[in-house]
Parts: sequence; structure tokens; C-alpha cells
Amino acid sequence: MGHSTSTAGWRKTLLSTATTVAIATSGAMAFSQAANAQETFKVGLVTFLSGGASGPFGVPAAQAAETVIKAINAGELPAPYNTPGVNGLQLESVVIDEAGGPTKQVEEYRNLVQRQNVNAVIGYISSGDCLAVGPVAEELKTFTIAFDCGTPRMFEELKNPAYFFRTGLDAVADNVGAVHYLKEMHGDAKRIAGIQQNYAWGQDSWLDFTLSLEQLMPEAEIVNNQTPQIFAGSYGTEISALQTRRPEIIHSSMWGGDMESFVSQANARGLLGQATALLTTGESGLHRFDGQAPNGTILGGRGPFGAFMPENDLSEWFNKAYEAEHGTKPSYPSSKMAQAILALKFAADNSGADGVPSSEQLAASLKGAEFESVSGTVRMALAGGHQALQDMLYGEYHYTPGQGAELRNIRAYAGECVSAPDGVNAQQWIKDGFPGAKCD
Amino acid sequence: MLTVWAILIDGFIYASWLFLVAAGLTVIYGVMRILNMAHGSLYALGAYAAASAIGWYYAGGGSQLWMAFAILATCALLIGVISGLLIERGILRLMYGRDEILMLIVTFAILLILEDVMKLIWGTTPYFAWQPYAGMGRVSIDVLTVSGYDIMVLCLSVVIGVGLWFWLERTRIGKILRSIIHDREVSEAMGVNVRRMFTITFVIGATLGAIAGGITAPIISVVPGIGIEVIVLAFAVVVTGGLGSVTGAAVGAIIVGLARATSIHTVPQFELFIIYAVMAAVLIFRPHGLFGQAIARKI
Repeated sequence: MGHSTSTAGWRKTLLSTATTVAIATSGAMAFSQAANAQETFKVGLVTFLSGGASGPFGVPAAQAAETVIKAINAGELPAPYNTPGVNGLQLESVVIDEAGGPTKQVEEYRNLVQRQNVNAVIGYISSGDCLAVGPVAEELKTFTIAFDCGTPRMFEELKNPAYFFRTGLDAVADNVGAVHYLKEMHGDAKRIAGIQQNYAWGQDSWLDFTLSLEQLMPEAEIVNNQTPQIFAGSYGTEISALQTRRPEIIHSSMWGGDMESFVSQANARGLLGQATALLTTGESGLHRFDGQAPNGTILGGRGPFGAFMPENDLSEWFNKAYEAEHGTKPSYPSSKMAQAILALKFAADNSGADGVPSSEQLAASLKGAEFESVSGTVRMALAGGHQALQDMLYGEYHYTPGQGAELRNIRAYAGECVSAPDGVNAQQWIKDGFPGAKCD
Repeated sequence: MLTVWAILIDGFIYASWLFLVAAGLTVIYGVMRILNMAHGSLYALGAYAAASAIGWYYAGGGSQLWMAFAILATCALLIGVISGLLIERGILRLMYGRDEILMLIVTFAILLILEDVMKLIWGTTPYFAWQPYAGMGRVSIDVLTVSGYDIMVLCLSVVIGVGLWFWLERTRIGKILRSIIHDREVSEAMGVNVRRMFTITFVIGATLGAIAGGITAPIISVVPGIGIEVIVLAFAVVVTGGLGSVTGAAVGAIIVGLARATSIHTVPQFELFIIYAVMAAVLIFRPHGLFGQAIARKI
């Protein structure tokens, strides 16, 4: 009995000690977290770190984030961002791989918000990931910026968003702008073909392009469209099929390694001598083609990004800082990531918050705002103030051995010319002949 | 008529590439009864090694095409032999005699490990080694052009196919391997060193995979994940032709290549679907593939 009492006593002591330690520890952790939360602003960064999209897109974007965040924390950015941190708080990042598909990304997003306690999320190259994460951001009431994904369905499906923003253009602008450029520079082209990766991005891009072509160049004939599997890598048969249709222009929305492989193979086969390629995402290959694209190839950069960036203090700083740190000039995915982080800094600095701004304060600050960026002045004028409205630019690739590549014959088309008015279905807007477009 | 020519040319070129990719897989399965998922990684390793070595050669001022090919071949052979030996001696030999499904899982684990090893070594940036592809010139038929490099791949594929046939059918080792395929236990009882034969077979299969990757490197951008993409195609081909049959792999590759080329030239929307449609159609009528044989299970 005595033994039993002694054991019970020990158990009681152990239990009370453990409880005290647990309470003390959790209290200390809570205090530490609270203190930590007041000192830093935690942002989740989601971009492809593996898979086919990582090399040309995801990793450059992550590198840009690293460069810009470091400069923000050190207060080294040009005005108006020359104050250290965001709203005075050091920016701390948690980087997540975007690979794995929408279901995994929804899990990762929840993990970022609910377990890692990030204050905001910036990310997403894949349109599928954006479409999946948007509603979750709204559900969890977390300030989120999509820096790259281009689906025009984003804000058609996510009605009246409160927390989800996109600081770039959608694919409609890419393809309407592409046809404007064709009309201006190759207005006599009659035979048009295409090659697109066989998934939503490629299919939507081709649809927007062909609908715009019907409106702006009605004499042009679509002679063929190839739809290889994404990450196919080898396009020999598709190149033959295009050659046999004798196109003058070949439109492609292929991106990353696929786009670069196609250009390399098509050039070696002589297809790009027979027809001019129009690559809506071609800017990401500007410094990688290494002469493998013929001069005159038309490149887009999904807006005023990468080599299309206008000259201003921010773009000059970004070009120099990125090249110094990563050994190459920034391509458009890098610029778009830089723009999204600058949007976060703008939103935080102007939130009026004391300490860490809430998602509501950040959203109120960015909604419908105008902020300065590496791409010039950005107007959040679409999707009820949740999406950027910017110019679309195209230019021609020109490579000189020993000097490298540059863009020539650049043309810019105003955002109001290439994007549907707020609240209007983009494809219907094109079919109706671009009502309300301002293209002067 | 031009389209017909294009279908035939493209079909046979793609078939030759498919055969190069699938040959090693089917040789290993035929002799060792191992469905080697890591074959995709051996292909990717060959591609990465060739792309980085060729890139290094041209970046250093090299310009000789024959030298680029010598580098490419050396890289592929070294990668194939070294990684083949490491995988077979280091892992697979410990598993011989186990269930085929277990071997499948083991090789799948190797595939996943090697995918990350490649990321550690080469990172995630795409590698281009376009110079040999561009340097081989092209042949024109009206507006249609055929790359000299693709013709070379076709010839190499024929040489490898004939070489494999000769090795299996006309050499002493080939006879021993066929005896192992026929009955492993009886071969062992007759004094055949089956384990040594397994090592030889696996290294040859791995080298074929690495050669396929090396020869593909100048055509594509070498990025993480190419090994996984290719293993799916290779399986479709060997299953269509009959698992373990080199002739089956060749015929399967030709059927798939021609069907795909026909689709791309006539109904491009079906390109994704056509390879698997061919495989499904063959398996409906011949569940073991065109040249596969049903084997009674020993109890």
C-alpha cells in the first residue's frame, strides 16, 4: 500500500512538473512567436524549384525574390522604396516548390498560412495552381499575390475577391497584343500556323490569338496548329507538319525549355527561315538562344518585363543587382516576381498599420492602387482593382556574334487596347470587335 | 504526296529514337525479368553528361563535330557502365530471386533517388547542346527538310538493333543468355554463371539507356524530369511489342512512330492519345504484346 501511495505521489509530482514545464514552454514559445511576429513580416514564396518550369521560370523568379528582399531589408532600393523593410519590418521568406499540381499546392498553401503563420503569400506560375489557390486564399483571408499565372479565367471564376491579387497581365493581352504587332509589322501575312503545348494555357492562347486574328487580320488563313504534349522536348514531326503547310507566321505560346527546344530544332531544320516565329513568351530565351533563333523572330515578355522593362531607377537598379548576384540579365519571370514583391512593400508601407499589417489592411492598400515598379507605373485597374493593367510589348530578336542579343522594332500597346474592360468576358470582347479598346 | 513522305520519314525517325530508348529496357526485362524503372534515370544521366560535356567543349572554343561526337559517346558509355555496375552490384544483386513487383518498386526508388542526385549535380537550369544537331546540316525534299542528325540517329538505331540481334542470336554469350531466358534454374544447374550474365546484361541495358540519352541531348533541352517522361513512352513501346523481345521493341517502335506521325500530320489533336490507343488496341488482341509469349508460372 505504502509503495502504491509512493508511486501515486511520484506520478502526481511528475504530472504537475510536466504540466508546469509545458505551460512555461508554450508560454515562452508564444511570447517568442509574438515577439518574432512583431519584428518580421513573413511571406510565403511559391515558385517552381523542380521540373521543366524551374530552370527558365521558377528559379529565376526565386533568385529575383532573393535579390529584392535582401535590398528591401537593407533599405537599398531606390525611391519610393528606400526605407528598410516593409512597414519597418524585416521581410522573412519561406520558399515552397510549386511542383506537384494544384491539389498539392492547396495543401502547401494551407500549410504556409495555418502552420508557418505567414503574413502573405506571393507566387504561382501555373494557371492551374492559381485557379486552385485563389478560393483558398479567400477562405483563409490571407493577402496573396499571383506574380505570373496568366489564365483569363482567374477573376472570372473568383468573383469579387478580397484578398487575392495579380500584379501582371493575363494571356488575353499576350495574344491580342501579338496580333496587333503582326498587323503592324507583317500586315501582308496570309498563312498563319501555330504550335502550342497541349493543356489549358496553350489551348486558351491559341483561341485568343485566332479570335483576334479574325478581327484584325481577316484575310489571314489558319493553315495548321500543332499541339504537342507539355515537356515533349522533341518536335521533329511537328516541324515537318508545319513545313508541309507552308506558313508565313508561326504563333507559339510554348514557354521555358519547350519553347527553347522548339526554336533550336526548327531553326536547324530551316523552318524559321521559311516562316517567322511569334513567341508570346520568347523573352525568357532572349539571352539563352545564343544565336539559335533567326534575327527577326518576334518575342513577347508578357508585358513590360525582362528586356522590355522601361528605363527608370527601379529597373536600372534591378538589372544591375540581379546581374551582379546571378550572373545573367533578368528575364521576364524575374521582373514579374520583383514587381509582386514591390507591390507587397507598397501595400505594407501604405497600410497605415502599427506593426504587422493585417491581410485586410494590405488588401485595402493595394486594391485599385497605382504603384511604381521595375515595369513603370502599375495600375491595379482590372478585376475590381485586383489585377494590374499594363502595356503589352513585342519586339524582334536580333543577335550579333560577339555582342549578344537585343530587341529591335519594339512596339507597345496600351493596356486598354489589349485587355478587356473590367467585368467583360475577354473572348466575347474579342468576338465583338474589341468594344471600348483604346489603341491610339 | 509530300504529306505521305513526311509521315513515313517522321514515323521512322521517331521510331528509331523510340527503339533506342526502349532497347535497354527490353533487354534487361528479357534476361533478368526486372522491369527497370531506373532506365529513365540512366537515359537522363546520359543526356546530362553529354549535354554538359558538349557545352564545355564548345564553350572552350572547340568546333570539330567529330570531337563532339567522340565526347558524347565517351560520356554515354562511361555513365552507362559505371551507373549500371553501381546499381546492379550495389543494389539489385541483393534482391535477385524476389518477386517482380518488389524489383519494380526497388528500381522505382532508384529512379527517384537519381532524379534528386541529378538535381544536386546539374541543378534545375536547362542544358542545351544544340551544336551537333545544327552542325549535321539538313536534306531538303521540296519544303520539307530532314535533319542530318535525325538520319544519323536512324542509322545508329539500325546498327544497335542489328548488333543486339547478332549478340543474342549468333554469339556464345547470346546462347547462354537465351538459355537463361528459357530456364534460369536449368542453366544454373548446367554450370552457367547466371549472376555474371546478369551483371553483363544489366550493364549493357544501362549503357543503351545512357546512349539513348546522350544521343538525344543535342535535340532537346535537358531538364529535370526527362527521365520520367521517357520511361512512360518506353514502357508503351515495349508493352506493345512484347516485354523482353528486342524484335518486339523494334516493331512496336515502328508502329507507334508511324501512328504518331500520321496523327500529327492529319489530326494533331490526337497526338497525345494515339500512342496509348495503339498500345491498348494491341493488348486487346494480344495481351502479351506482339512478340511476347505467355509463360507458365512455376509453383
